[in-house]
Amino acid sequence: MTYTLARSVEQACAALSSGDGQIIGGGTDYFPAKVKGAPVPPLVDVSWVSEMQGITETDEGWRIGGAATWTDLIKHPMPRAFDGLKAAAREVGSIQIQNVATLSGNLCNASPAADGVPPLLTLDAAIELTSHRGVRRLPLAAFITGPRQTERANDEILTAILVPHQNDNAISQFEKLGSRRYLVISITMTSLVLEIDDAGLIEQAKLAIGACSAVAQRQPEIELWLVGQKAAEVRITPDQLEHLAPLDDIRGNAGYRLIAAAEQCERAIRKAAAQ
Amino acid sequence: MTSFVLNGHQVSTNPIPGERLSDTLRNDLDQRDVKIGCNAGDCGACTVLVDGAPVCACLMPTQRAEGTQVETLTGLHEKDTATKALAMQFKNHGAAQCGVCTPGMIVAATALLRENPTPTTGDVQDALGGVLCRCTGYRAIIDAVVATGANTTLDRKIGGVGADMPHVDGQEKVNGTQQFGDDVAPVDALVIEVIRSPYPHAAFTFGDLETYAAQNPGIVTVLTADDVPGLNRFGVIPAFVDQPVFAEKAARFRGEAVAAIVVDAKAIQSLDLTGFPVIWTPQPDVQDVANAIAQNAPLLHTHRPGNLMCGGFVLCGDPTAALKSADFTVSGRFTSGFVEHAYIEPEAGFAEVVDGRVEVHACTQAPVMDREALEEILAMSADQIRIVPTAVGGGFGAKLDLSVQPFLALAALKTGKPVRIAYSRTESMQSTTKRHPSDISLQIGATKDGRISGFNFAGAFNTGAYASWGPTVANRVPVHASGPYKISDYRAQADGIHTHCPPSGAFRGFGVPQAAIAQESLFDELADKLGMDRLEFRLINALENDTATVCGQSFSQGVGIKACLQALKPAWDDERKKAKTQSTPETKFGVGLAAGWYGCGNTSLANPSTIKSGVKADGKVVLHQGAMDIGQGANTVITQIFTTALGVSPDEISIVGPDTDVTPDAGKTSASRQTYVSGKAAELSGKALRAMILAKVNASDTATLTFTSSGVHVAETEAEHLVPYPTADAEGYTFRAEETYDPPTKPLNSNGQGEPYAQFGYAAHLVVVAVDMALGTVKPIKFVAAHDVGRAINPMLVEGQVAGGIAQGLGMALMEEYIPGRTENLHDYLIPTIGDIPPIETLIIEEPDAHGPYGAKGLGEHVLIPTAPAILNAIKDATGARITRVPATPARVKAAIDKVQNG
Repeated sequence: MTYTLARSVEQACAALSSGDGQIIGGGTDYFPAKVKGAPVPPLVDVSWVSEMQGITETDEGWRIGGAATWTDLIKHPMPRAFDGLKAAAREVGSIQIQNVATLSGNLCNASPAADGVPPLLTLDAAIELTSHRGVRRLPLAAFITGPRQTERANDEILTAILVPHQNDNAISQFEKLGSRRYLVISITMTSLVLEIDDAGLIEQAKLAIGACSAVAQRQPEIELWLVGQKAAEVRITPDQLEHLAPLDDIRGNAGYRLIAAAEQCERAIRKAAAQ
Repeated sequence: MTSFVLNGHQVSTNPIPGERLSDTLRNDLDQRDVKIGCNAGDCGACTVLVDGAPVCACLMPTQRAEGTQVETLTGLHEKDTATKALAMQFKNHGAAQCGVCTPGMIVAATALLRENPTPTTGDVQDALGGVLCRCTGYRAIIDAVVATGANTTLDRKIGGVGADMPHVDGQEKVNGTQQFGDDVAPVDALVIEVIRSPYPHAAFTFGDLETYAAQNPGIVTVLTADDVPGLNRFGVIPAFVDQPVFAEKAARFRGEAVAAIVVDAKAIQSLDLTGFPVIWTPQPDVQDVANAIAQNAPLLHTHRPGNLMCGGFVLCGDPTAALKSADFTVSGRFTSGFVEHAYIEPEAGFAEVVDGRVEVHACTQAPVMDREALEEILAMSADQIRIVPTAVGGGFGAKLDLSVQPFLALAALKTGKPVRIAYSRTESMQSTTKRHPSDISLQIGATKDGRISGFNFAGAFNTGAYASWGPTVANRVPVHASGPYKISDYRAQADGIHTHCPPSGAFRGFGVPQAAIAQESLFDELADKLGMDRLEFRLINALENDTATVCGQSFSQGVGIKACLQALKPAWDDERKKAKTQSTPETKFGVGLAAGWYGCGNTSLANPSTIKSGVKADGKVVLHQGAMDIGQGANTVITQIFTTALGVSPDEISIVGPDTDVTPDAGKTSASRQTYVSGKAAELSGKALRAMILAKVNASDTATLTFTSSGVHVAETEAEHLVPYPTADAEGYTFRAEETYDPPTKPLNSNGQGEPYAQFGYAAHLVVVAVDMALGTVKPIKFVAAHDVGRAINPMLVEGQVAGGIAQGLGMALMEEYIPGRTENLHDYLIPTIGDIPPIETLIIEEPDAHGPYGAKGLGEHVLIPTAPAILNAIKDATGARITRVPATPARVKAAIDKVQNG
């Protein structure tokens, strides 16, 4: 049993190179899943890795470090296209969770109800994976392959989330539905980045829905269909979302999830139009 | 080695890889003010500040604390003026009931005040949203934090009956020093880990346990059914003792204990439990009533055919004829699922053998019942067993049954060493009792003038694998299913059915909340059918003094339901008008009403409490208080009653107990009986002590007493006497008074006719809800709660019980359902958070009871009874949709709305 509190990407990659290590980011998914009395693999803590800290603006766009927490994001000044992501951040668990949980960990954990995935999809985010073998980038949509499944190899670290510059007039919304106010896993959630012209017509729409399918998904057909429509008058019906094929579970049945997601899409667009 | 600054002091520790900071703080650094409620970040009880930021210590690897500043409640309370101010406000607002979430709450609130010195209600909700509380209903907590920022103070005075006195044990609740079940063991005590069935029904055999123990360093011994020297059975009702400490040959529910490992404390973190040698053979199981009563269903207990545990029955008049002649009838079927108590403190305790006696320190609602059960299990006499209850981090009924106690006692006796155990959240949820799922069919009739004409109730209750308090539920429900109304033609049958589920037992209301959902929902339907105002309809039918209940019992005083309903009239008129004007097609507002009643104490059974008091030779007055305080405030209420009876101030006496060696049996904390029954015993004890002293000088009862070291000064208007202390007895008492009170009840005959309770308490709630018509979400906006408590011994504690009960009723109505195997944690099983409870206006009604101390009645369970039906009635009022299954999740509400809208 070992615990490596890595200070650099190089150190973290070296500690993971054997392939049997487990990464701890914030720890908010690691500890709840820990089974009492089960063997503990070598642990590599990446939360202090210097290259993975904070949020920075680069020529290419925004770089959200792999150790950046939800609180880091909430406190960092960002363009309003990130408002939806920030709104999602405020809904993640509780302040105690937001203070340590990382955006990158949210992606790696790959829960179908991960709060970070829909807003990052609407921002066309990519991720950077680093290992002793090198660095590679993947679009977020290609990174998460199924419930609790990603393209990350066991020796790779999600060192950054990369978000391209957004158009200045892009605005965004996030809608989360749960059965209580705080500390709640979504029944459904919807994230939207929208550009509207002076006449109130939609120029561009990016829409993603979470907790309604094995992996949160962008909605390219609806996005195209929205272009040219008057934002304040858009109506979206559950049958437009049937391809999501949500599951029945304790939080809600499939039919309800589609009704709720369609309603959330409409509300997100209406609220964006009213901004 | 990991070094950091803990509460201002440099500390170094050597954690194992990935050790939780919470474990390091509690076990290595003796920081037991950090409470463990879930180990998953779901409850926030372990909140500490790391470099000023609130985090859950259970989710933080200790290694990462290197070089940081870690602050916990005790340290903050010593050094931070804001924390100290918060603690004072929490105490004065009654914002700490059981106190187990309080460290997390105050630490999180400290972080808030550092950033925002004058927070609003909304700010407080956002900041404390990550800490769950199951007792207070949160509103007192919000008020306490807002008041700290606003620097306002409440005028709280120590006083007897009627005073808004803070908890006598309030200080230790708010400064982090209160010790709960997992806080009392020495750090090197052996640790018990229980091996549980992963299947709802499975046969099992063990492999070679001796070899397993020998091959795993640190295992001191393994316990199984073979290690039980006495009866491997326990239960709370003598005729239904059916639950094994360790299952033999087959487990009957998921999570049932089959064995336990006793391990050295240092070895526990690295012990691999997955290799425990047990072979499971899953068997057919039944998990609901319909399957359990089907032909050829597997029997849980061979001597209970049809899986019928037992039933309860009440009949008066001729309900069939009355329903036939009724001008209007309504009927419905109402169902509910398991509800989990979800106290923030999982079961925990410590035991050791002292001079050949076994001493068990654990959280419990019923120390003497624990001892009686252990006598049988251990085959030891009562004088060889001592139960020393710790502080209890919430109970609500589930800590009435044995949980950790037999494991602790067996392990301590077998090893001869101190042992400890703390259930994980999942173990607690899997293995302890639940509220019974219910399936109720009810038909009610009325005549044109609005009087009830016939009532026919049939309920099936899923009682799980073992009886626990199931028979109590079966007996209580038919007695209470009428609600507090005059019904002369009535039939009610309730059956408890076994399934391969966790045992259903006692949970605030013993089945009455489920019955009230059916009855109060149909009362609204009936009033609507009659075209009558729903409040007026209830008033017409409400019980009064000298009118018979469905059991043929009548009370000459204290029937307060009419007063409760009348108290809601102004809000009923105003809020309905407001709801109409506020409603939009998207968001509809509705107002709902419901009433309830509850008999305090055992049903037609002896139910005594004994309270002892005495005066030491130095003038110290001592109250032996054995009525378990599980957060509801028994320590405070019993003290207020006793000191009022004796004629001194509460701060002039000292309290000892609870401890079966020093406190006489004050019965169990259950059935809302402590204020009434133990309170009455405390009154009698105080009065007896007073009378003894007055008699020495023939003083009148108006005299005032002052206890000094030289004797009791007895002051009358015209004279003053000094009563010297007589020679002290073996216990050191110069005067002593041990008094017992047992409520007068009479048995029920085969038709349930008799006098089941000496006292009922009454309640009526009004709630305003907003329903999101597109999403089906229900948001309660405000409650007005009228409660007839006979006499409010402590109005602040009354309000605390009301808010806490409403929060649990709201949870049952809108979000809570325990599903074995699926919701065994606090993120899949949802209880209300600080953002889910709206403002609550409590209207205290005082219709004195004939028997209770100073007229007081019980309260704890009464509160929860009207809440859920009031919410369901409000949803109907808002949307036209009648919800008949709780919880009313958004999906269920939306489906019901669509059904109404689509016809």
